[in-house]
Amino acid sequence: MTCLDCTARLDAYLDQELDVVQRDDLERHLETCLECQLRHERYRALSSALRDQLPTYTAPDLLRARIDGAMRAVRTERTGTQVRRWRWTAIAASLLFVLATGYAALGIQRPASPQAAMAHEVLTSHVRSLMPDHLTDVASTDQHNVKPWFDGRLDYSPPVYDLAAQGFPLVGGRLDYVGGRPVAALVYQRRKHVINLFVWPTAQANGGTPEVTQQGYHLLHWTRGGMTYWAASDLNGEELREFARLEQQMDSVAASR
Amino acid sequence: MEASQLGRFEAAVLPHLDAAYTLARYLMRDRHDAEDAVQDAVLRALRHFGGFRGDDGRTWLLAIVRNACHTMLHRRGRDARATEFDEEVHSEAVDTEDPEAALLRGAAQESVHHAVDRLPDEFREVIVLRELQGLSYKEISVVAGVPIGTVMSRLARARQRLQRVLGPDLEEIR
Repeated sequence: MTCLDCTARLDAYLDQELDVVQRDDLERHLETCLECQLRHERYRALSSALRDQLPTYTAPDLLRARIDGAMRAVRTERTGTQVRRWRWTAIAASLLFVLATGYAALGIQRPASPQAAMAHEVLTSHVRSLMPDHLTDVASTDQHNVKPWFDGRLDYSPPVYDLAAQGFPLVGGRLDYVGGRPVAALVYQRRKHVINLFVWPTAQANGGTPEVTQQGYHLLHWTRGGMTYWAASDLNGEELREFARLEQQMDSVAASR
Repeated sequence: MEASQLGRFEAAVLPHLDAAYTLARYLMRDRHDAEDAVQDAVLRALRHFGGFRGDDGRTWLLAIVRNACHTMLHRRGRDARATEFDEEVHSEAVDTEDPEAALLRGAAQESVHHAVDRLPDEFREVIVLRELQGLSYKEISVVAGVPIGTVMSRLARARQRLQRVLGPDLEEIR
């Protein structure tokens, strides 16, 4: 396990939501990595501070009395009306964790510039999204399902294109957080490789920054038409650049319409 | 409603009134609004109890409380409220505690509570549900009405924010 994998799973570890295999993996890594040990300590300190210091409250007597009164009223009513069914908004949750493989082993470098910090955040989000149950909130290969899903969840509408014909099928979308704000994450696939495309509005002018390669992942960043894009994948650099080119092409087509 | 069903409701839901009130306090950031939200939620729960098939009354009630709070907040508009919580919240924070113990805890508690209060609603609720009420990711996803993946990313981001704000204080708090 790399530091990046470890960081991405640290929350789930402390919350006891990892399966045995992943937990053992992470603990083995902690034994050998001082930096992750310190990170783990900081996480744990925060958790115990929250648990110890946040007040819990007791329902006031007046509230209990008001509820009792309402219950008594119902008890005397004895209505025969049909009670509507409460539908659980339950999500079928399978916590079957799969071992993620093939990550290059490398330490985490401390981000130096805002751009590097953003790249690091995007990368962490990408790795976290590869954990089971996390890749998509809306799973659909249809752009007309994915795009409207973001309505009401974001204050902007991300452009969503179907690139299946070009070998990059859309898999779905997800709400994620990058740079302290909720952003759209669009998920594409190339063979077995997942591509996360993070999109949010920006005031910056059109342009791009050099490709970032970190720990076996490639990151591409560009800005176009008031939207900023980050593409992250373990796909090779060449194919990811092809993906970025196609996205920008679709953007131009859409803009000229 | 049949008397037996009413009894079942009381057994399944009423034991979780404190948890419900605590969640409402953190979401509404006001004692009276929290009381109104919980009362509203319990009555709503009562109306819908016929459809309650599960055995987890706590998660069920918390989901209804959460929705009642969001409905109230939404109705009033968030912007006006965001600025008024400061003073009130901190004078009230210790109201159910022994005053001496509260004094001893002192400034540390204040800063932790303050930091949590300043989180956006969707971050604050996952922190309260996880850290204070010990719900699993799956339970939080039911209460907050979002997928488990979203629960995980919200928790991670919320904790990052708290780390940033509280970082220097955490050593002293421990």
